Amino acid sequence: MSRAETVLGDFASALLDPGRPPPTGLVTWNGSDPAVRFAVYRNTVAVSLVEALADTFPVTRELVGAPFFEAMARFFVAAEPPRSPVLTEYGDGFPDFIAGFGPAHALPYLPDLARLELARVRAYNAPDAEPLGTADFAGQLADPDRLPGTRVTLHPSAAVLVSAHAVVSLWAAHQGEGRIEEVDPCRPESALVLRHGDDVLVLGIPRGAAAFLAALAAGTPLGEAAEVAACAEPGFDLIETLALLIRHGGIAAWHPPGDPQQ
Amino acid sequence: MTTTPAERLTAVGIGLKPVHVPRILTEGVPLDFFEVHAENYMVPGGPHPRHLDRIRERFALSIHGVGLSIGGTGPLDPAHLDRLDALVRRFEPQWFSEHLAWSSHDGRFYNDLLPLPYDRASLDRVCDHVDQVQEHLGRRLLLENPSTYVALAASTLDEGSFLAEVARRTGCGLLLDVNNAYVSGINHGRDPWDLISALPPAAVGEIHLAGFAEDRDGAGDRLLIDTHGAPVDDAVWALYRRTLAHLGPRPTLIERDQAIPPLETLVAEAERARSALEAAAFGAGEAP
Repeated sequence: MSRAETVLGDFASALLDPGRPPPTGLVTWNGSDPAVRFAVYRNTVAVSLVEALADTFPVTRELVGAPFFEAMARFFVAAEPPRSPVLTEYGDGFPDFIAGFGPAHALPYLPDLARLELARVRAYNAPDAEPLGTADFAGQLADPDRLPGTRVTLHPSAAVLVSAHAVVSLWAAHQGEGRIEEVDPCRPESALVLRHGDDVLVLGIPRGAAAFLAALAAGTPLGEAAEVAACAEPGFDLIETLALLIRHGGIAAWHPPGDPQQ
Repeated sequence: MTTTPAERLTAVGIGLKPVHVPRILTEGVPLDFFEVHAENYMVPGGPHPRHLDRIRERFALSIHGVGLSIGGTGPLDPAHLDRLDALVRRFEPQWFSEHLAWSSHDGRFYNDLLPLPYDRASLDRVCDHVDQVQEHLGRRLLLENPSTYVALAASTLDEGSFLAEVARRTGCGLLLDVNNAYVSGINHGRDPWDLISALPPAAVGEIHLAGFAEDRDGAGDRLLIDTHGAPVDDAVWALYRRTLAHLGPRPTLIERDQAIPPLETLVAEAERARSALEAAAFGAGEAP
């Protein structure tokens, strides 16, 4: 190992571990304690990565309060530092980390709420695709015999989240929609997260619609996906769910039976 | 041949903040270019790069990387080089710059610009990395002097000589951050002018100005922190004017990444830089 590798390796190891002494080989012009100066680097690394998480998980932070969030995020940063300089991708493991973080267990909905926030950021940065508009469907829907075998490509930003908790209502309450005191966090809710224009939508959807969309995303044709949905929720409404998708630009491509891209 | 505003040596710009984009596009601003951090635009799609396309239609761009870890001991990340290549192809910036620092080690990214020992082995490695970047991107890199808080016992060269030698060997340009020169000067008990005067003037392609925060070290001496969270300090303005008198005008950027003020405040700082640049261009002495 070269000298520089040793110097940088020691420096790197001490950055995320406040229990370690500062690396050797640091000098100061005035003979002052290098630990005080090394602390500037330690602080910048931790604070900037915690801020990156706070940008992705603002409602999670509001729900637990800034001091709790910062403490929890610092544990995560030390356990799972970024592997890439592209920090918009950082935090994929944070919801699972929260689920395993003992002090957060009093808020059992917190991991799914964090998953919802992560889905929003992923949707915001997802690849571009021109969604099909209402006019594109007029001909397709006129031939109902072809519908069951049709496969649908959802917009690249679309993600479905199924939760045992009221994560959509909790999230909405933090956007000024509805009163948080009136939310029963133990009510199961599902969400469709979708970018439409410049905005990321969080749409509360019934359990059957969530099962339907998950099946479509997996490449299941409409007819079979509708059966899956009806099993999940007997009241599943196919037309209403398709209308919701079309209205919010959720369909990128439509492949009837015989379509070469099927 | 006509020159675009950003090709003039008196060009001024500010760091682009998403919060300012709507006003910039609807009202316009008296600026020549904007700078963005490369890594913030390394996303598959969405509004962020689309807005930058619209800015690019009307202004020149400087793309400033903070994640390449040119001063690191490991090889450059080929995936990151490819991402940078895609970015400069799409946005065709006037300048691409990176730092004399490291930010990744052993597969982990620390999101800070960390100090390297200035010795012969580091010099060879940094030159190899700069060569590799310039070859991969097919364009000249501007390498920026960092703010540092500790010195490394392994260093045998001063920062100015190190940067001058990298520029000489690789043909890269230099991005002179006058705030970093000042911060590092105070933090290491050196005259910041030692660094600035050691740089080959022709290599300096762009100047950065920013604000710092003030702390104390273990001996009670001033310790300046490069926060990009405050207006440019008067001492840095003075050092900037002295630099322009020495180098002549150079395209200048006002950087602000924390405590983002209203757009007008940043434009006013850029206008102050423009006055100093025009004074230097006409040899009219120091701007007020």
